[in-house]
Amino acid sequence: MRFQFKTSYNDDINIFKNRYHVFWYALLGAGLFALPFVLGDYYVAQAIFILIFAIAGVGLMMLVGHTGLVSLGHAAFLAVGAYTTINLEKLGVPFLIALPLAGIFTGLFGAFIAIPVLRLIGIYLAIATMALSIIIEDIIVMAGPITGGVQGLSVDSIKLLGDWVSSDIFTVDLYASPYKFYFLCLFVAVLVTLLTINLLRSSTGRAFHAIRDSEVSARAMGINVARYKTLSFGISCFITGLAGGLLAHYLGHINHEAFLILTSIELLMILVIGGMGSVHGAFFGAFVFGMLPLTVTVLIETFGAPLGINSATFPGLSTGIFAAILVGFILFEPYGVNGMWLKIRTYFALFPLYRKDMFKRQKTYLKTERMR
Amino acid sequence: MSLLEVENLSIHFGGLKAVDNVSFSVEEGEVFTIVGPNGAGKSTIFNLISRFYEATTGSIKFDGRDITKLGAEAIAPLGIARTFQNIELFDHSSVMQNLLVGRHCQRKTNFLAHAFFLPSVRREEIEHREKIEEVLEFLDLQAYREKMIAGLPYGVRKVVELARALASGPKLLLLDEPASGLSVEETQDMAFWIEDIQKDMGVSVLMVEHDMGLVSQVSDRVLAIDHGAMLAMGTTREVQSHPAVIEAYLGREED
Ligand SMILES: Nc1ncnc2c1ncn2[C@@H]1O[C@H](COP(=O)(O)OP(=O)(O)OP(=O)(O)O)[C@@H](O)[C@H]1O
Ligand SMILES: [Mg+2]
Repeated sequence: MRFQFKTSYNDDINIFKNRYHVFWYALLGAGLFALPFVLGDYYVAQAIFILIFAIAGVGLMMLVGHTGLVSLGHAAFLAVGAYTTINLEKLGVPFLIALPLAGIFTGLFGAFIAIPVLRLIGIYLAIATMALSIIIEDIIVMAGPITGGVQGLSVDSIKLLGDWVSSDIFTVDLYASPYKFYFLCLFVAVLVTLLTINLLRSSTGRAFHAIRDSEVSARAMGINVARYKTLSFGISCFITGLAGGLLAHYLGHINHEAFLILTSIELLMILVIGGMGSVHGAFFGAFVFGMLPLTVTVLIETFGAPLGINSATFPGLSTGIFAAILVGFILFEPYGVNGMWLKIRTYFALFPLYRKDMFKRQKTYLKTERMR
Repeated sequence: MSLLEVENLSIHFGGLKAVDNVSFSVEEGEVFTIVGPNGAGKSTIFNLISRFYEATTGSIKFDGRDITKLGAEAIAPLGIARTFQNIELFDHSSVMQNLLVGRHCQRKTNFLAHAFFLPSVRREEIEHREKIEEVLEFLDLQAYREKMIAGLPYGVRKVVELARALASGPKLLLLDEPASGLSVEETQDMAFWIEDIQKDMGVSVLMVEHDMGLVSQVSDRVLAIDHGAMLAMGTTREVQSHPAVIEAYLGREED
């Protein structure tokens, strides 16, 4: 049993709440740092994939989990980020400048799109953003000079400093140097997470949460709802754009098929599985999403083979299992993996005073007579 | 010059005159109460002042400035804070987070500074918390500082909403039925707090309330309305004994 005593306002403001917090994150950091030295190239590539989708997830979380606005069109912003990065690099801009520029461009593009789209709410917003996802597929096919049309573009390895310094040290390639690619993604992921946490612990993030919980009240507190929704969309797209730039290099070759509406839906599923409204959730969700195909394959090989079941006899088995897991979460654990994690943590923090019905969901007051 | 001047204010919803040609003013340091039967148009007046509704005719002046055409989000920065008849808190946040949102209009840093959490942001966050600490202490809410709203009892939520309004450092507080749903003891606490808000903090209060005990205890002046129209204005006693008011509440004697 452990109690937390806050003795100064900084205890309330700091990212790490106490020594244990610092210790566990230091351990996590060490683990993530050691990972490419311990695991084989195949698993490092897997980790890179997870990190890229975690970054995109953190971006989408800003919008969905923290501001309460749904988007079924974030694959479009992955695409904008990807093509902007690649084209800037083709123009000779070094990757380290091209990626942030692509992020900023995607953010501005998103904010611009947001102005008309965010007048809609709920299901209408979902439909409008879904339309965006569909339109962008066509645009990619049509905008040949930028996107390579149907054939797509093949992507060179990353030159961090472009042609300014063409040393091999600054060349990052998924196959030649997966560990470098891994550290690049890890760096971006940490950076993006820090930016997100910083926003969330200051008045911008609180304004997002306020809009999510009660728009009427948010306006009465002086929050310009339209402006903050646009800002949230912009920041979300900025982060997703960064993920897009990394994804392009991860895939090595991109065309419209990399940014289907299915990708948008998968991004949203990552958040649901991971746990809505938490930064952890995006990482948990990306991990489950990234490890699932592998796990299913292993499971089928170990348990299915003796019974004559393999992925050829059951196409779509992995998608089916993913869907089943998703439904399971929605039914039994609406706060996702993050919710499970919080329960386990609380169990040990309170041990042995844990009560069985502690996490029973509370009935909240019905809001009759809303003003709007 | 009065702090708040409402002149010939009307709003019509289709054929319904929810507020009809209402004029009154709230002086600096005054507790002004609007009473009236259900559906009289009291909350609608609040929604007009906080700019959620567009006035059909009339004007609202605050601190000598015409606010009739401002956006709803421009009201809090001027120094008008409000509570809602059906509590509108941010349910998935803690009490502290709610009060911090109350201080939104006092922020001086922008989102880029927030993203990098510059030293100026940290200073501001500490400043917010110092102000909030005063409010928490004043309303006896320290025990609930880190509690989530969703788990709090109704009476406490009511006080948290008052705290959130106070945290913004207002000149005028709009309280829509602050005592509705409260027990006798809680109502008494509320009365003392309103008196302290007026006397110690120098904040003016515009209140809607049905509990006549509370109204007579704290109000300097009372306005009675029915069907959107003004019936009487004066001290609690004057208004309570006004024939038009008695008629509005009890119906015509010959009925
Ligand atoms: N947005 C709206 N659209 C249409 N009619 C409305 C709207 N808002 C309020 N009204 C009507 O205006 C009238 C006054 O409502 P209001 O909520 O101001 O009453 P009130 O005096 O606050 O009553 P109570 O004591 O029950 O809170 C009611 O008849 C109500 O139905
Ligand atoms: Mg009302």
